[in-house]
Amino acid sequence: MSNGISGTPPESYFALGKPYEADAYNLSQGKRLYAWFGCGICHGDGRGGIGPSFLDGWWLYGPEMVSIVASIRDGRPHGMPAFRDRMTIEQIWQLAGYVQTIGSYTPKVVAPSRNDEKQSRPAENRGPAIILFDVGPAAVHPDQGPSP
Amino acid sequence: MVVLGLALLRRRRPAAEDANSEERLTTAVSAAVAATVVIIAGLTIASFYTTRSIGVPKSAALTITVRGQQWWWQVFYAGSGATSGFQTANEIHIPVRTDVQIRLEGADVIHSFWVPSLAGKQDLIPGRSSSLLLRAEKPGVYRGQCAEFCGLQHSHMAILVIAEAPADYERWAASQREDAMVPADMDAAAGQVAFLAKPCAACHTVRGTAANGTSGPDLTHISARQTIGAGLLETTRGSLAAWIADPQTLKPGNNMPMVPLTSVELQNISAYMESLK
Repeated sequence: MSNGISGTPPESYFALGKPYEADAYNLSQGKRLYAWFGCGICHGDGRGGIGPSFLDGWWLYGPEMVSIVASIRDGRPHGMPAFRDRMTIEQIWQLAGYVQTIGSYTPKVVAPSRNDEKQSRPAENRGPAIILFDVGPAAVHPDQGPSP
Repeated sequence: MVVLGLALLRRRRPAAEDANSEERLTTAVSAAVAATVVIIAGLTIASFYTTRSIGVPKSAALTITVRGQQWWWQVFYAGSGATSGFQTANEIHIPVRTDVQIRLEGADVIHSFWVPSLAGKQDLIPGRSSSLLLRAEKPGVYRGQCAEFCGLQHSHMAILVIAEAPADYERWAASQREDAMVPADMDAAAGQVAFLAKPCAACHTVRGTAANGTSGPDLTHISARQTIGAGLLETTRGSLAAWIADPQTLKPGNNMPMVPLTSVELQNISAYMESLK
């Protein structure tokens, strides 16, 4: 896949039908990587914890694959570590595809493999973000800051 | 069928002896019921004791935990008291003429542990643990194989059971408990540095270094094992290099990614792997 320098996927990514977002194998691999690399320690089942939630409607750096890949690869301020030296770029793309699926607002046709543990939220391909989304009292998101 | 035929052919008795025959019939039926109860209870008890005697004893001399993964075997030797436990992969050493209990666990899908020369098959089911008793009478290398289709590389999921004299086994276990050797030559030392800097260390453990990943096999003593990739290739420096260079061509679908390395890094890392005796 793409090299470790730029964040833009090569043309072939689109020609192949965006495999990391729309291919059950890659999503399943992403789900295993999510467990193996301890993402759940901070992000829980996608609802956050120490780290931000993927389901609350806020993508701090945007929901595009490129920015999710960049977040995983290079890390982000406030505690997100860089996985550049721990995963190959292929794995980062797989993981990013999975993370995007959890937080997706449109249920996807493809699904990663099922949980071995008890389900703690709706399955990824059902668009848990839209099911769990709670408008609630309109509070300023802690990372949003005062409106300009 | 025979009884039914006899009953059809049998001549009807005259109805005169009714009172007498009623009594005799009652006795016969009660006797038959009693005999059936006794026989079934006897067989149930006999089957219970037989099952118990062929089952795994509670206190085997050695307990080894084997975890089936796609597509390799993770092996844990538990520590006891002063000795620490250790982890290895795709190879079990056992002392001869000793009952060894194998605890089986599945990590992802159902696998089946089968060493035809030593014991029958036993499934490894995720979320459950089962047991199997191994006993080798003669020293030797017994090949085992996953016997439950578990995915693309099911056929490349072999395990070796190496039975050896108790003294040899103890020597092997002692060397496995040691931390990894400090690389002696320059290539291997450079390999260690590259191994720790590259994604390798995120999935593999080499005890005694900072590498402590758990999703791949423990590599602390990889070179002491006969094969790599669960029976795929013999452990030589060349095959280690081939495996690291392109695991997806050698064993498509496995979970080891192709880590981009320069040729020098590849050479050094394979030298380092080879030095991990």
